[in-house]
Amino acid sequence: MERYLKVLRLFWGTAIAAELEYRLNFIVTALISLGGLAGSLFGLFLFYRTGYEFEGWSWEAALLVLGLFTVLQGFSATVLIPNLNKIVNQVQQGTLDFVLLKPISSQFWLSTRVISPWGLPDVVFGLVMIGYGGSRLGLGWADYALALVPLVLGAISLYSLWFMLGATSIWFVKIYNVTEVLRGLLEAGRFPIAAYPVAYRVFFTFVVPVAFLTTVPAQTMLGQGGRGWLLASALLAVTLLVAANRFWRFALRFYTSASS
Amino acid sequence: MLKRALKISRVMLSVYYAYMVEYRAELVFWVLSGTFPLILMGLWVEAAQGDQFNLSPTELVQYFLAVFLVRQFTVVWVIWEFEREVVEGKLSPYLLQPIDPAWRHFFSHVAERFARLPFAFLLVGLFLLLYPYAAWLPRLDNLLLGLLAIAMAFCLRFLMQYTFALAAFWTERASALEQFWFLLYTFLSGMIAPLALFPDAVRAVVLWTPFPYLIYFPASLLINRPENVAQGFAAMIFWSALFWGLNRWLWRQGLKQYSGMGA
Repeated sequence: MERYLKVLRLFWGTAIAAELEYRLNFIVTALISLGGLAGSLFGLFLFYRTGYEFEGWSWEAALLVLGLFTVLQGFSATVLIPNLNKIVNQVQQGTLDFVLLKPISSQFWLSTRVISPWGLPDVVFGLVMIGYGGSRLGLGWADYALALVPLVLGAISLYSLWFMLGATSIWFVKIYNVTEVLRGLLEAGRFPIAAYPVAYRVFFTFVVPVAFLTTVPAQTMLGQGGRGWLLASALLAVTLLVAANRFWRFALRFYTSASS
Repeated sequence: MLKRALKISRVMLSVYYAYMVEYRAELVFWVLSGTFPLILMGLWVEAAQGDQFNLSPTELVQYFLAVFLVRQFTVVWVIWEFEREVVEGKLSPYLLQPIDPAWRHFFSHVAERFARLPFAFLLVGLFLLLYPYAAWLPRLDNLLLGLLAIAMAFCLRFLMQYTFALAAFWTERASALEQFWFLLYTFLSGMIAPLALFPDAVRAVVLWTPFPYLIYFPASLLINRPENVAQGFAAMIFWSALFWGLNRWLWRQGLKQYSGMGA
């Protein structure tokens, strides 16, 4: 365990040092995040401006969901995209060989090798939005802390799904963009799940568990939803995490390296 | 002259079509990654049940299915390829050929449209099963105008992105320009909601930008609700001419700047 922490520190230290060479990039990504934020708010405003409300979600509560979505977006830009979307390159070029030879879990190596600080503006803006909505609703620190649990569980589920999709590149080298499909569907998390028709709700709860990423944490924050959802969220995260690990080991049996 | 142009386009189309069909699985996933309008369709249909918006659920289903199709036909990615060509110096051999490298990109995009077509229609069919009451056929004149509008929207979008791509001659992060532009495109083009649902002041401003003509305008033609058709086509021609001029000027300036990295 200690060894893994040490390795992680080295990984991220070098990655950040490399990224900081492009400092102008920070301003550019911050501007893009800000633009995205304005756009998302505008999109939400279009629904609320005539007095319509998502069933049971006031404007402030919907802001919490949007804020949580933005935080998770930042998380995926910081950790998931730079690592998991590169698995396909490793397979295509055969450099996965070197990863497998290292005396460390290959899943750990592939999932944490680099970190990109460019997702941080999204995390900050998302937190600001949650803080604004929360203060209007009179939420306290205990509410935020409680919501952290399902948020982390959601992040684990998201990582596991993403990793499994990335791992399929062992078989189908050229389908790296399958993660783009996931990203497209995750956009549904911008809005509370109650805002969708029934068929969509079923799909986004049981097929692609978007509901557990943003709606459940927001409900926990608001003190609604109850223990059932939290329990389901924990169950989902553990199941997906174990499944991701099993799946990776299974996939590796089919790995034959490149050009050999 | 014309014969030569026809021959070149025929050869390029068939070459790139064959290339695209080779990666069918990849194409299916690109089609599926464009589900954003379909997600918003669900939201708006649910919202319109209570008559608080001046559009009916049926109209909204039709609108967003049309948006999905228009979007499928106007997807453009030239900036990522061009940026790589410049940064890696791969542009150099293409410059030696007696044809502008832009055409190569243009035809690869056009050929991809044909390969993508069946999957896109399959997905629309699937959603019509979910909302059978919304099935509709565009009137012939609207269909023809709509197809023309889609073709022009694709050309305009290609032209805009290719113009931004030319910034790659000066900076290594030309795609950042496109990312920013894409945000405006996402939120102002009518992809998140029909322009009829925008506040009046916002709509008045947005109609002066090129964005609504890329999605909203062709989509409303397809669902038989044309608005200011002549003005829409005029706006597209105006913006295309503007970007064409800018593009050619940047291309000439850029070539002076280009030193063929790694070659």
